[in-house]
Amino acid sequence: MMDGGTHSDSATVGEGGLGRLMPMHLWIAPSGHIRGAGPTLRKLCSETALLGARFLEVFAVHKPRPVQSMEDLSRLVGQRLHLSLRGSPRTALRGLAVPLEGGQGMLINLSFGIAVADAVREHALTNADFAPTDLTVELLYLTEVKAAVMEELAALNRRLRAAQQAAEKRALTDVLTGLANRRALELALAREIRGVERGAPGFALVQLDLDHFKSVNDTLGHAAGDRVLVRVAEVLRNATRGHDTIARIGGDEFVLILPGPVDDAMVRRIARRIIEGLEQPILYDGRPCRVSASVGAALSASYERPDPDRMLSDADAALYQSKHRGRARYTIHSTAPLPSAQGKTGGTDEG
Amino acid sequence: MHGLINRSIQSFLRDTYGGALWDSVAADTGIGSQGFEALMSYDDALTDTLIDAAALRLCKPRDALLEDVGIYLVAREPLRRLLRFGGVDYADFLQSLDELPDRVRLAVPELEMPDLSLTAAGTGRFRLTCRGGHPGFAAVFTGILRAMADDYGALVLIEAGGGDGDAETVGIELLEARFASGRQFDLARPVPR
Repeated sequence: MMDGGTHSDSATVGEGGLGRLMPMHLWIAPSGHIRGAGPTLRKLCSETALLGARFLEVFAVHKPRPVQSMEDLSRLVGQRLHLSLRGSPRTALRGLAVPLEGGQGMLINLSFGIAVADAVREHALTNADFAPTDLTVELLYLTEVKAAVMEELAALNRRLRAAQQAAEKRALTDVLTGLANRRALELALAREIRGVERGAPGFALVQLDLDHFKSVNDTLGHAAGDRVLVRVAEVLRNATRGHDTIARIGGDEFVLILPGPVDDAMVRRIARRIIEGLEQPILYDGRPCRVSASVGAALSASYERPDPDRMLSDADAALYQSKHRGRARYTIHSTAPLPSAQGKTGGTDEG
Repeated sequence: MHGLINRSIQSFLRDTYGGALWDSVAADTGIGSQGFEALMSYDDALTDTLIDAAALRLCKPRDALLEDVGIYLVAREPLRRLLRFGGVDYADFLQSLDELPDRVRLAVPELEMPDLSLTAAGTGRFRLTCRGGHPGFAAVFTGILRAMADDYGALVLIEAGGGDGDAETVGIELLEARFASGRQFDLARPVPR
């Protein structure tokens, strides 16, 4: 085929050679019938008898414009064609048509478009279905490599994220008790104050200092002291609600933030529950450790504009009043009474 | 050395000999038991320290250990596939080895590999020369070439050929290209489930 005959500069190549060079070529007679096809294309159209069929019945040409006749097609010579198989799976192809000399029709070479991986899968193509000069296989290789590298990157990101979250959690946690630390307390307090500014119902800030803790440390040692602190954390968790913040901010100093609608009665109830819980002897090495706690509290509702430092120092002052009054006490600080403070006239509410 | 290489050795040790062995090797070498990140780079000396420590723990010669690493790598499906892209049969695969460093660079530009060149050495005989890489690559390739022969179903004799300056060689004798049926290879990866 392709024997130009009269022109001395024409090369002649046999059907087999053409198939190896261009495994997806089509030779179309002037009548529009397929006279020859490359081996890969024949594999693609296994259901259809390609040879002898009309080109436009097997293939649909979409671009640069739809083709209805061989005359239409001959006007698209030299341009990039977008085609597809008419039969399922309607594989997309691109192609180039050139006229053959001597009125032999035209030659179209086809290849897969960007969805080449799907086409290769659907038609079960192998390395041998592509010309050795074709870089399609390299494209498939790169696609796989890219997927593998992206997966590796995604896994690395997941590990880094987990490590970052763990580090953040450590930075906000008291190692011994698992409670929040001072930094976490400051963040929680700032969050509650912003909430109040936006109309949230307010919160209570409760400071707590252990009584007799120093004597446990002095007589039974630091391990006993640590045991006591862990037990205190349990008592505080049991006496509060899930969304309350419990922080250890020093050796034996703890701070609670109790958000939500909160009043003096509720703070008193919680303070009593904590003191009772802490007064149960804590066994260390079979020996009882006895501690208690002094509590001071401040309620955001008793401030025109609650300020974190001011509330902390007021709660601290209330705590020292409790200590002063003989320990195992609680004191609620109140200033500048607001209408909601239920008729209290300043000073302190004691128990 | 690229983290991918260190991480491969780590995975090989952990998958083949168990987490306890990896933990002792990691402790021997001062590498944390988390080990290596695949997409980071490490000092070359650390890789040698790692290989020597593992060889000592396993009472295995260093080259035998590296050959097992090569066999292990081919047993990993993604890597086996990437190698199978090289050729339609074992002879074709051998001829594609010269291109392998370029293929690797396409995938991971920072990953440094030795230059590979395959030369004919008589009928059915070839010599693979690894030049300019870290010593030990030829031992890994001995394992890779053996495992890939099984994969293609070819009957092959592979022999580590020793070193000469910065070059190491592997001798290959292809006895029968289609000795067994070999393993399936589809160009397009099956659709992920």
